[in-house]
Order: sequence, then C-alpha cells, then structure tokens
Amino acid sequence: MSLLFEPTPDGAGRYLDWIVSGLGWTLGLALGAWTIALVVGTLVGVARTLPKGILPRLGRVYVETFRNIPLLVQMFFWYFVLPELLPVRIGMAIKQMDPPWGSFIPALICLGLFTAARIAEQVRAGLQALPQGQIQAASALGFARGRMYRLILLPQAFRIILPTLTNEFMTIFKNTSVALTIGLVELTATAREINENTFRTFEAFGVVTIVYLVIALLAWQIMSRIERAVQLPALAGGSARP
Amino acid sequence: MMVDLSAIAAAMPYLLNGLWFTVQITVVGVTGGIVFGSLLAVARLSRNRIVSSLATAYVNLMRSIPLILVIFWVFFLVPWAIGWMTHSGRPVAVGASLTIFVTFVLFEAAYYAEIVRAGFRSISPGQYAACEALGLSKFHAYIYILFPQAIRNVLPILLTQTIVLFQDTSLVYVISATDLLGAATKVAQRDGRLVEMYLTVGVIYFVICYAASQFVKQLQGRLAYGVR
Amino acid sequence: MIEISHVSKSYGAFQVLKDCCASVARGEVVVICGPSGSGKSTLIKTVNGLETIDSGEINVGGFRLAPDVANVAALRRSVGMVFQSFELFPHLTVLSNVTIAQTKVLKRSRAAAEEKARSLLARVGLSAHIAKYPAQLSGGQQQRVAIARALALDPEVMLFDEPTSALDPEMVNEVLDVMTGLARQGMTMVCVTHEMGFARSVANRVLFMDGGEIVETADAITFFDAPRSERAKTFLAKILKH
Repeated sequence: MSLLFEPTPDGAGRYLDWIVSGLGWTLGLALGAWTIALVVGTLVGVARTLPKGILPRLGRVYVETFRNIPLLVQMFFWYFVLPELLPVRIGMAIKQMDPPWGSFIPALICLGLFTAARIAEQVRAGLQALPQGQIQAASALGFARGRMYRLILLPQAFRIILPTLTNEFMTIFKNTSVALTIGLVELTATAREINENTFRTFEAFGVVTIVYLVIALLAWQIMSRIERAVQLPALAGGSARP
Repeated sequence: MMVDLSAIAAAMPYLLNGLWFTVQITVVGVTGGIVFGSLLAVARLSRNRIVSSLATAYVNLMRSIPLILVIFWVFFLVPWAIGWMTHSGRPVAVGASLTIFVTFVLFEAAYYAEIVRAGFRSISPGQYAACEALGLSKFHAYIYILFPQAIRNVLPILLTQTIVLFQDTSLVYVISATDLLGAATKVAQRDGRLVEMYLTVGVIYFVICYAASQFVKQLQGRLAYGVR
Repeated sequence: MIEISHVSKSYGAFQVLKDCCASVARGEVVVICGPSGSGKSTLIKTVNGLETIDSGEINVGGFRLAPDVANVAALRRSVGMVFQSFELFPHLTVLSNVTIAQTKVLKRSRAAAEEKARSLLARVGLSAHIAKYPAQLSGGQQQRVAIARALALDPEVMLFDEPTSALDPEMVNEVLDVMTGLARQGMTMVCVTHEMGFARSVANRVLFMDGGEIVETADAITFFDAPRSERAKTFLAKILKH
C-alpha cells in the first residue's frame, strides 16, 4: 500500500490525495442524493397511499418509470439526452457547466430520483402495514390529513421500514460508482485512473475496495444506532435486539 | 429537437444483437448465481466454523462493493491469474464474454445467497426434526424437503432479484462490451443519434422489466400453499 | 425393548433431565404425563436421538445411545415419531409424504412404497385424500397422515409427542382412535399426552414426570385411582377437574 504515498505524475501531490478527492465526490454524491431521495421518496410514498385523485396514479407512474429502467440508462438520459430535449438556450447552458459540476449535478439529480422511487415503495409498505385503526383514531381526534401523516403515521411507518432503509442507504454508496460513466471522478474512477498511471492494479483497486468496505461498515453502524435510538420498547418488531 | 424514428429502425438489428447478449449474461448470471448462492447459503448454516465464516465473509464482501468495481477487478485480474496459473509470466488475453459471465455469477451469488438464506429461515423448524426422525440423510433432506420449500417461499424475491440482474448487465458498458446499452452507445457515437438511441434503450428496458414485474406480482398471488 | 438408564441432560445451567430410569417392554403402551416444563418432550426425543444426552445410556432394541454415540441413522428406521405440529411436508402430496422416506431411506421401489402407502392411508381412513396437499386437510387428517408416514418405515417402536395438543377438540378422537388401533395390534408405544381418558383405557403403564425427574411409575389403573406421590396427586387433581 506504499502506492498511496508516491507522488503523482502531475507533481501536484500523492496518490493518496486522489483517493481523498474521489472519496469526497462519492460521499458528496451519496449524501446529497440520499437527502433528495428521502424527501421525494416520502412524498411519493405518501401520495400512493392516498385514497383517491390523481396523486396516487402519478405516484405509481413515477415509481414504475424509475424502477424499470437501469440506473446507468437513467444517468445517460440526464447527462446526454435532457440537454438536447430542452429549449436550446437552457440546453447550451447545461452543457457549458464546468466539470466536475457538469457531471455532478446530473448524477445528483439522477441518483436522488432513482433512489426516491425505491424509498417511495418502502414508505408505502410501511404505511400500509399500520393498523387501520390508526387513521381512524387520528381522524376522530380531528387531525387533518397533513398533520396526521406527519405526526402519527409516518413516525411509525419509518420505524417499521428502518431495516430496509438501512439497506437502501448502503446501496446508494455503491450506486455512486455509476457516475463515473458521465465523467465524475469518484472513488472507482480514481482506482481506474491510478491503475492507468501506475499499472499497479492490485494495489489501486485493493485500496479502493477497502475504502468501500469501511464506508459500508460505517453506514451500517450509523443506521444501527438510529434504529436503537428510535426503538419503542415492546414494539421492536422485525429488528428486535435483545 | 425532433426524434428521428427511421434511425431507430435502422439500428434495430444491431440493438437486438446487443439485447441478445444482455439476455445471455442474465441467464448465465441467474443460473450460476442461484447455484453458487445456494451453496453459500448452505455453507453459512454449516457447523464447521471455517466454512461458515468464509461463506459469510464472501457474501458480506460482495454486497459491500459496487458491481462496477467487481467488473474492473475481474477484467484486470483474470488475465494475470490465468497467466500465473499457466506459468506464462504475462497476462493472457481472455474473451470479454467469459470475464463478464464469471463476474456476474460471482457477484449475484452473494445476493441470491441472502435470499435463499431467508428462504431457509422461513421453514418451520419442525421440518428439520421430521426429516431427522424419518432417517432422511442430510443430503436427501436438503434436496427433497428443505430446498424446495425454501425456494418456493422466496420465489417472488428471487425473480425480482433477477430483474435487478437484468438491469445490472448494463454496467458492462464500462469495459466497452456490446450489450443492449453498449450497442446503442456505439450506434449513437457513430451516427450522432444520442437522443434516439438512449430513448429507445430506455423504452426497451422499461417494457421488459415492467412486464416481468407484473408477472411476479401475479405469481405472488398464486403461490400460497392452497387454502382449505 | 427400550431401556433408559440414569439419563441426565442440561441446557447450560438448567438441568432438564435428572437421572431418569425407565423401561418399556415389547408391545407395551407407556404414557408419560406431567406438568409443562417437566421434561417429557425432551425425554421422548432422547429415545430416537433427536436430543442428545449428557450422561447415562439408552438401549432401544439392541441399539445403544450414549453421549459418545454419534451416528444414530440406523436407529431412525426402527423408531417412528409423530410430532405435535404434524410437520407434514407441505410441498408434497399426502401420498408422497408417506412414500418419500420409504424410497429414499429404505430404498424400496416406487411401486412397493406406493402400495404400502395406500394400505396405511386406508388404515387411518384417508384413502380419499391421497392426491391432496397438507394445506387442504384438517388438523386431524394431517396428524393421521403423519402417523401413516411414520408407520411406513415399519418401525418397532412408535413415539408420540403430544399428538393431539394442537388439534381442535372435535378432531382429537379421530387421532386417538388410530392410536388405540395401533396399540391393540401390539405396537410398542411411548406417548407424551394430556389425554387422560386415552391413558386410562389404552396404556399399560404411566410415567409421571415433574421437574426433570420420573417421580412415579405405575400401571395405568393404579396411577389414576391411587397415585402414591404428592406431586402426582396435585397434578391429577388439577387436570381431572374438567
């Protein structure tokens, strides 16, 4: 692993700096997309549980669209296709964005909306797992729909789906690697670049693999802490810890 | 900007060829993945500490790293590994297809292993006792009684993972392979028809995956063991 | 036929069997009764090796079971067991449930196995249901299939672990009738059961267990009419109130 401390060809530092930079992009993309995904996913998931109107149907269209097309194809859509479909001036403005932002922004939107579709389904499942009586009791107390979801239903639903959300959180870090195809120099792209520069394949990819393992471990730890912190006594459900 | 449908029609044969490769990767990945994954699941249940630890470590490792990274690992390392094994001292060129098939079997097996493991956990514990009481050998018990029940209990999840696999194949783009997306990219770059090609590919993927997921939903309804 | 000598077993700090001694002659029907947690289930499961023992020895028709004996496969052919939860194989038809151990363990031909299965299923009154799946049968019917499945291997001893405890009351008798028929035909049987009526009319002897020990052994009539130990008297008083 001495590779990390050797100077890079452009003389601007060591390979370790490249790894740190790649890691930074990976983390930034993952956490930014996760935020978008939580907000949009919750809204869409709630929409799908509404009794009538156009919102449930729109929610369904959203989920089916984003779940049945591969992430990479979606990435290409946001990066290559969208600028061409928009009015010429907006399209040009997008295409002239400086790298790396020209790659980061589309990747952020893409990964965020993609993950949102998956979170939406989990939120929907969590809400549908709640006993009917909860909605009835809340209505009887005079709660309007918005407050009812925010204060009564969603807090319970989220506790139910924490295990699957944990899985999704760990997946989003892995999915950031897809952004290398549109030019974002995240962690996996960094490994490839180091390999191309030094031909020390094993070390280059080995270091990056270890970094991903550490990320996975940390992500899992964070979610486990959250699970334990919000756990209701006697209602531990599927994630019971002795 | 107008979408040129004739360009799409002209590229169709090439795209379908790519789709055929995508299907091949999926089939190999599913079969190899389920077989290897089942072995991993059984290994995790083994009383031999070394065997179960190795299997668990493998599954956790594969599930923590991106598929693109695994593709690069196999793509760059397999030639070296074969060179080392045949004592040629230099990397031996290996066909991209073989590399891809190996990658997907190794990677997806970890995911199938978790699903099969959940399947085994869903079997009533008394079933193991009943098999033992009847004197069935461990081998027979797994093949005829436990495995069929485990798979049947998680069949919808297995099928959903297969749809995910089908979508994952698009990532072979990073080694310039000619799957469906790869084919579309090559045509797009050659003819400058990015919008048409990527939109077409998006639609093709959507139609196939949507139909498959609807099928799985129907299957879920029919899989109950039959009510009295 | 069965000789249990000084058998003890512990789960960690908890001793579930304490120096148990008993014997069952060929053709005898022995009922084991006692309060919950007395170790009755554990004791009966040591007889076919489903539970190991920490000390002592068990002899079943010449086969020796001891802490140092590892391979008990041969024993399973001469000892049949019926479980409280039936444990039929849900993905196989009734007929297949009864033939599978015959073909895979005893290596009988398909034809011979099916013939035996049909005759046994007729004996327990279920000929009309051979093509059905367990989920399509009632609890009583499932348990009768389970008895046929165990009998198909021509065992010398049949062990019953609370065979009717999981059944609705109206189905208990159909199973007890089959067991009574078996006893009349001279099968050596050990039954853990709460069905005192059955014990009284069919059993030769009763073993009363409490707290892991065999507290009292007597022939059936004597046990029910004049129990000697205080614990037996208390137990009988409680259950015979109904």
